[in-house]
Parts: sequence; C-alpha cells; structure tokens
Amino acid sequence: MEPTSPITLAVISGGLSQPSSTRLLADRLTEAATGHLARADREVLVHLRELRPLATPISHHLLSGFPAQSLGEALEEVSTADALIAVSPIFSASYSGLFKSFFDLLDPGALAGKPVLIGATGGTARHSLALEHALRPLFAYQRALVAPTAVFAASEDWGGTGDTHTDSLPARIERAGGELAALVLAAPAHPRPAGSPAVTPSALGFH
Amino acid sequence: MQIGIFSVGDVTVDPATGRAPSERERIKAMLTIALKAEEVGLDVFAMGEHHNPPFVPSSPTTMLGWIAAKTERIILSTATTLITTNDPVKIAEDYAMLQHVADGRIDLMLGRGNTGPVYPWFGQDIRQGIPLAVENYALLHRLWREDVVDWEGRFRTPLQAFTATPRPLDGVPPFVWHGSIRSPEIAEQAAYYGDGFFANNIFWPQEHTRRMVGLYRERFAHYGHGTPEQAIVGLGGQVFMRKNSQDAVREFRPYFDNAPVYGHGPSLEEFTEQTPLTVGSPQEVIERTLGFREAVGDYQRQLFLMDHAGLPLKTVLEQLDILGEEVVPVLREEFAKGRPATVPDAPTHATLRDAVPAAS
Repeated sequence: MEPTSPITLAVISGGLSQPSSTRLLADRLTEAATGHLARADREVLVHLRELRPLATPISHHLLSGFPAQSLGEALEEVSTADALIAVSPIFSASYSGLFKSFFDLLDPGALAGKPVLIGATGGTARHSLALEHALRPLFAYQRALVAPTAVFAASEDWGGTGDTHTDSLPARIERAGGELAALVLAAPAHPRPAGSPAVTPSALGFH
Repeated sequence: MQIGIFSVGDVTVDPATGRAPSERERIKAMLTIALKAEEVGLDVFAMGEHHNPPFVPSSPTTMLGWIAAKTERIILSTATTLITTNDPVKIAEDYAMLQHVADGRIDLMLGRGNTGPVYPWFGQDIRQGIPLAVENYALLHRLWREDVVDWEGRFRTPLQAFTATPRPLDGVPPFVWHGSIRSPEIAEQAAYYGDGFFANNIFWPQEHTRRMVGLYRERFAHYGHGTPEQAIVGLGGQVFMRKNSQDAVREFRPYFDNAPVYGHGPSLEEFTEQTPLTVGSPQEVIERTLGFREAVGDYQRQLFLMDHAGLPLKTVLEQLDILGEEVVPVLREEFAKGRPATVPDAPTHATLRDAVPAAS
C-alpha cells in the first residue's frame, strides 16, 4: 500500500430486516473509522454489503461449490480490503447462521493479518458477550487483527446515555472506530492480490 | 480435435420412476454406452475410478479391456485414475497391459479422487494428497520409460532393479492427462512433464477454467515444451438435448433438481448460465461448446458427461445418437476453422510412436 493510495474498507452487515439496526450500527462504525482515517489524511473507499440479498447465493455456493457473480464480488471485496467491519445480529446467543455461512465461504487465510472491527445488535444487553465468545473467536481463527473494542448495540442503547460501568453507544462507536483506524495505519497492508491462485513450483519438487 | 464422453458411473435413483439400477445393471449400461460411443463416431470413451457407493467403477482396466475387445477405433481413457492411492507400480503394469490388449488405443487421466476417506482405504494419508500425487507420478513416469528402475521415496518401499511388465507397447508410454477442478499444483505438474491438462470445468464458472488453463499454458512454455498455444488442453462439458429446447428443459429438469452433486441448490437456469451445462437444442449445444474455445484457446479434447443423475439407459443412448449425428460433425468442422497449423492434435499411440525415431 502506497502512503497516498486510498484505504479500502469492506463492511458486512448481517441484518435481515428492512430497515435494519445492524445496518445502522455498521454505518455508524464506518463513519467513525473513516473519520479517524480522514483526520490522518487518508482517503477511504468503502464497500458495504448487506447479506440479505446474498442469502440465496450463499446457500447455493454451499451446495454447488462456486459463487454467483454478486457473491463472488462480495467475497473478493472482503478478501482484498485493507480492513473489515463485520456486524451481525445476535440469534440464539451467537452470530446469525447466514453471517457464519458467509465467512465460511472465504478462502483460508483471506483475513490473515487484516484489521477487523466487530459489532453486533440484539434486543437486550444481556446478549452482549456473544461478541466475545462467538464473533471474536471466529475472526481469531481466521488470524485477523480484531480491534479490542467490540461494539454491541441493544435496543435500549440507541436512546441510552450509558451507565457507571459502560460508555454510551456513540462513545463506544467512536473508540472502536479509532482503534480500527490505528490498526490500519500501523499495520503493513498485505491485501491478497485478486486473480489467479499462486503456486510455488519448488515446493512441489519441480525445478 | 478429439470429442468423446466421460462416465462417472453413479448409481442414482431415476426421479421419473423412483427406481435405481442395480450395480450389475449400471455396470452393463456403462459398457453399452461405451460401445454406442464408438458406433456414433466419437473419439474417446473415458470412465471414472471410484471405491465408494453410489459409484460402481472400481476396476477400470477390467471394463476397458472388455470394451477394447468389442471396439475397433475409439480411444479408451480414464476420468480419473487415482494417482494418490493406487500403487504407481500397479498403474504402470495395468495400463501397459491395457495398451497391448487395446493395440495402443488408450491413454489415461490422473486425478486425486472425490473423497477423503479413500486414502486410508488404500493405506495412505489424505494430508499427503499433493505430495503423493507428485511422488507417485514421478515414479510412474520412470517405470514406463526405464526398463530397470532403482528408486527410493517417502510413500512406498524402495525398488531395486525392478522391471514393470509388460513394457509399454512399442516402447511408447501411454499419454497422460492430469485432471483437476481447482488445484493449481496439478496444472503445474502437467506443465512440468509436458503432459495434457484436463480442466474438469463442469461444475465451475468459465472464468475459473480460463485462469487454470492459462496458468497451465504459461507454465508449459516455461518448462520448454513449446509455446503456450501448443500445450495440450482438454475440457469437460455436460449437455442434454432434444430437437426443441423447451422439451429438453422439461425432460431434464427433474434429473437436474435431484442430481446428487448440484440438486436442491441453484435453479437449472442459474446453473446453465454459470457453468458449461447446456440443456437445449443441438444447435445451442454447438454454439455453447464452440464458445469454450474463446475462453481457453484452441484445445485438443472435449469430453461430455452424458450418463448420470439417474438418466435411463435408453435416454442416454438417444442423447449419444443426437451427439454423434447432429453435434460432433459440426463441432469438428467449426473447431478446424481458423485453427493455426502450429496447434497440435492430442497425442495418440501412433503419433507418439512415429515421433520417437525423429527425436532420436
């Protein structure tokens, strides 16, 4: 990544309803991160994808082994981005099945070393640790650099002001955006090049 | 240009009748289909090797030997022979034997199989899939070319002063294709040896196939076997035809919807748009198949999958009639147009035998 080249930020919103509070959180996190990067004089190209229109292509890919064009583009955007924001609704104490299925379809190593900001939404703050026991291990397994602050937005948070133990939602969003920006600015970017798969002939014994 | 068919050998319930053929019925159907392929003028019949139900063909040389005795002209091949789990010594002997029996009308396509559990069934370790394919083929290559072999490797006992018997017919090893769906290492292997590369594209979008063939062509030239255009390329295809497109779609849809590999996923329309599957009139099949050349360049072998997903034998034989009468003659004529003289045909036993004195 040249210092002057724009930073590519992929955003995945796993919300299913329309309008979606998951999408709303994804947008707010995106604004926070791009704001911090802008203050560091970095231009950001955002590729946002909602998973709802990809639901059928995702299940087809699981069955047929290859992606439809729209899904292929989404997977490529995530794989080649400099950073990722991933937000899921919490269903039954974990990420939604569709959210997991999307990330199951990435090539192994596609997120390795990539700064990732995770967020989740739910009806009650009692679900908030799902970020720590479900989403964070998923991205740790994929060897991503997950920002320390993960943002959970319960319904009550959208109108709340925080409490003695917790910052308000806007403050947490701002902090998380700053952490992602810092990881992006600090990390040497290794986006996987698009196109043909690489082979090392010498590893096969061919010289 | 060689045009033929390849059979997986699946035993699948016919959704029209709710009945699956017995193993015996399916094996006999494959043999009948092979004879029909010669009768309608196809160039190649290739069959899979599988060791797990619902597939029947565990012993390809038994079946190919029988077919060889009943045919005169057609080239017999495999799709694929498991280079990972078969002992290369046994492959060397089985296919050299088949060469003699079939008067040289054979080649083979090497692959790694369709299922992980096959490795321990034959005493191997799936984690070593690619290294097994590399080491075993290196040994096979020598066993066909050197009368006496001393060898030591990682995956089988050493050989000392070993001679595989019989020696290849006329001292000419069978031509080898390396089949792959998604492994660039296999394209590399085919390029390294100057062997053929068969991109089994039937479940994959064209862009993926184009990249894999492009990689093989580039590496073929890198290893000094000729120009990228002279590399030996084969492609898969999958068709169902009736005189009227609508009839083909109506008849094939239940087989598509319930097919073991892609059923219950994308619709027939989505799948035909994204993969080489063509369901329609013979003219549509011709146009689609000629389009493959636009993606991968002039190529040497086109194999169609015709007998699968529970299609009854009678229907498959009708399909082969249509293929032989209405499709293949036009494909041959059209593929020949604009094909540079420098692009070779797929090697056969005769061309390889005749090339030996010129080279030495």
